[in-house]
Amino acid sequence: MTAPRMLHPGAWWLWAVALAACALRTTNPVLLSLIIAVAGWVVVSRRTDVPWSRSFASFLRLGLIVVVFRVVFQILFGVRVPGTTLFSIPEVTLPSWAAGVSLGGPVTLESLMAALYQGLRLATVLACFGAATSLCSPYRMLRALPTVLYEAGVAVTVAFTFAPQAIVASRQVREARRLRGRSDRGLRAWSASALPVLEGALDRAVALAASMDSRGYGRRGGASVSQRRRSVGLVLLGLVALTIGSYGLLDPAAPAAFRLPALAVGVIALVGSLVAGGRSAERTRYRPDPWVKPEWIVSVAGIVAFASFVFADRMGDALNPSTNPLEVPAVPVVAVLGLLIATLPAWFAPPPPTLAAVSTSMAVAA
Amino acid sequence: MIRFEHVTITYPDATAPTLVDVSFEVPEGELCLVVGVTGSGKSTLLRAVNGLVPRFSGGVLAGSVVINGKSTADLPPRDLADVVGVVGQDPAAGFVTDYVEDELAYAMENLGVAPEVMRRRVEDILDLLGLHEIRHRPLASLSGGQQQRVAIGSVLTAGPRVLVLDEPTSALDPAAAEEVLAALTRLVHDLGITVLIAEHRLERVVQYADRIVMVPGDGRPVVVGTPAEVFGQSSVAPPVVELGRLAGWSPLPLSVRDARRLAGPLRERLAEVELSAFRRTSRVVGDVVAITDGLQASYGPITALRGIELQFRAGEVVALMGRNGAGKSTLLNHLVGLREPASGTVRVMGAEPHRLSAHDVVRVAGLVPQDSGVLLYHDTVAAECSASDRDAGLDSGTTRSVLDQIVPDVNPTAHPRDLSEGQRLGLALSIVLASEPPLLLLDEPTRGLDYGAKQRLVELLSRLADEGHAVVIATHDVEVVAAVADRCVVLAEGEVVSDGPARDVVIHSPVFAPQVAKVLAPLPLLTVHEVELALAAVGDLPFS
Repeated sequence: MTAPRMLHPGAWWLWAVALAACALRTTNPVLLSLIIAVAGWVVVSRRTDVPWSRSFASFLRLGLIVVVFRVVFQILFGVRVPGTTLFSIPEVTLPSWAAGVSLGGPVTLESLMAALYQGLRLATVLACFGAATSLCSPYRMLRALPTVLYEAGVAVTVAFTFAPQAIVASRQVREARRLRGRSDRGLRAWSASALPVLEGALDRAVALAASMDSRGYGRRGGASVSQRRRSVGLVLLGLVALTIGSYGLLDPAAPAAFRLPALAVGVIALVGSLVAGGRSAERTRYRPDPWVKPEWIVSVAGIVAFASFVFADRMGDALNPSTNPLEVPAVPVVAVLGLLIATLPAWFAPPPPTLAAVSTSMAVAA
Repeated sequence: MIRFEHVTITYPDATAPTLVDVSFEVPEGELCLVVGVTGSGKSTLLRAVNGLVPRFSGGVLAGSVVINGKSTADLPPRDLADVVGVVGQDPAAGFVTDYVEDELAYAMENLGVAPEVMRRRVEDILDLLGLHEIRHRPLASLSGGQQQRVAIGSVLTAGPRVLVLDEPTSALDPAAAEEVLAALTRLVHDLGITVLIAEHRLERVVQYADRIVMVPGDGRPVVVGTPAEVFGQSSVAPPVVELGRLAGWSPLPLSVRDARRLAGPLRERLAEVELSAFRRTSRVVGDVVAITDGLQASYGPITALRGIELQFRAGEVVALMGRNGAGKSTLLNHLVGLREPASGTVRVMGAEPHRLSAHDVVRVAGLVPQDSGVLLYHDTVAAECSASDRDAGLDSGTTRSVLDQIVPDVNPTAHPRDLSEGQRLGLALSIVLASEPPLLLLDEPTRGLDYGAKQRLVELLSRLADEGHAVVIATHDVEVVAAVADRCVVLAEGEVVSDGPARDVVIHSPVFAPQVAKVLAPLPLLTVHEVELALAAVGDLPFS
């Protein structure tokens, strides 16, 4: 067993993004549930006990809401699919300019299942994001970001710390509602506390950004204005190209130019910006996070899982089970094996140091 | 080193500027104390030093702020990081990393300090602030005093010439506050760093200050001078200065040591009279309102409370004291039913609070939490007040009238988040107080309150106790305990270590004794008011 330490944040994010990419390639409910299970198992085994590590459950809840919304929308506005009619709701005849939008009508089992699968897919992606948020400190991720992104200072901070801050804020708001004598359950309580939670999380994120700024985050250093403009331009170009490339990779229907060529352009632009920015930005690291064996295992485990999905797809395995006609989803063995490999971090990642361990060792010393 | 030239700051949507035409200068190597009543704009002034106001707050700054020859109009805070270090009111809110060492190194990483230099400077700061024992600890596991010192260290490693601190001791117990202030005076004396510090608890810092900047608020001009000059005329003064004024001492004493050397004749005079008549008497207590029996609480494997046996009676004010992390807040949370006991029972008015619904619980117990802002989530002060009246089923206007007694003149259309710390606390307090629950719990209620607001709070709590409420305050503020508490419970490591009349508990403690008690020991008087009564009753005030 390795000594407790925090894994490099990049490794966790790579692993989680790979799992999310798997989810985006399939609508098979068995595989999607497996992905959530894998993410959950690793989170439970390797999370620490600070507030942000409890965010996984909140992401699961958010995912559940997404599924419900998707199904309700399908019932009310969805395209009518022929098949086994479960029940009918009164149909509203829309004027001719709204052609293509339907409101009401017969609701079929086939259409509901398709909506359920799609909702589940989104929920799974959310769960993967939640896993990354719970497993690695948002702060460590901030520190690991390349210098050139600092231009976006406050925005980047808010983006990375908003979710964990919202978790802390929501607990506070729930307690505050109780102290003010309002019910802390039910839909009304939930909707009434949404705004304070968002406000609170935003306030905290901005306070953090102010603290980071007054400690030199995003300093100009020795770079001239034109140098900075050049590196920022390269970053933007690289990010846009990478986004298009990832989209192309995930959506099998995308044009070929959106895949590897876009990815290549993105990587080249980002490397170029790193070289340009790295030359001018004066920034150093105190005890850099190492990237050693456990980091390799975690990131490779994620990549292998993704590769198994791509392979299963090529083999013609049922990654997207038919809902019309409805059939029981098959279980593609290759993809399941790949997901099993993705659970390896639960054993091979070093356990994180816990607050409890620190406090009890102190109590013993005292 | 720090120069404000005709600075006027107006926040967006504000009807009047927060600071008007402020001009002053702080030379290098001075410890300068910023004082003023709640909401007068002290935090705004401090945050303007490195340009966080207006760059992060919005608003307009007219005039100029010049630090070490650089104007904040030209440079953003990040480019001043090696000149000015700013520590905010809540140090934990500004932590960027997870561990002590990483936090200390963070500013240096941004400045591009060479790794070898970084290692050495981190070691230096660990020693300077006494942090070496906790260097590998996660920040979330630190006590309040440790967090505050880490926050100071994290800006010091960048090697700034100016250090700006907003109420660095307001959340700390007396011992931890001493720790932080001792570290600060070392920085001023050993390294010649210029320190600008805002603090309401003057009794803690005034003896270290070289210069006072008094921000009166209401657009009146700031007063700048030595402590003796400023306190000669100011209404805001620590107890030891008040005592000096009462006794007519000159020069005015600023520390307990100064006062004690002048207090010989006063002590002799007071020793001749029977003092018990002039002491605030304990209130007559009624029935038991709340009772804990073998109460245990734990956070994971950490035990927070170990078998607490306490009773709280109607009509008494109980002060809950003890170090940061001794279990005070945990006990309060149990009394109001936010947490379920791990074992043992809590009963308030015969019911177990964690089993009551939210609607019922506020009728038996009310809590103002430490971070009082979390209670507020409406758009305006007026909306908060009317929502509170509605929730508790009170006549409309009740909450507002309670608010006016605590902090008068709060703008009803202001957003609660734009209020000052003290005004916000006042608003939260009045929401909880409005429904007048039999058990009233306050967690650090005097944080961010000036002496006037504290005095009004003390009067309000006394009145509520006289009306038969059981009032429990968890606090580090010994002056408030001296002024209002009947009983004092001291917690340590989740156990009750002492429980008795407030006077007996605080007077014998070197940490918890208020300033007047320290000056007059062994005489058992706690507040300036008691001394005044005693002197008036003997009919001669030979010292004035």
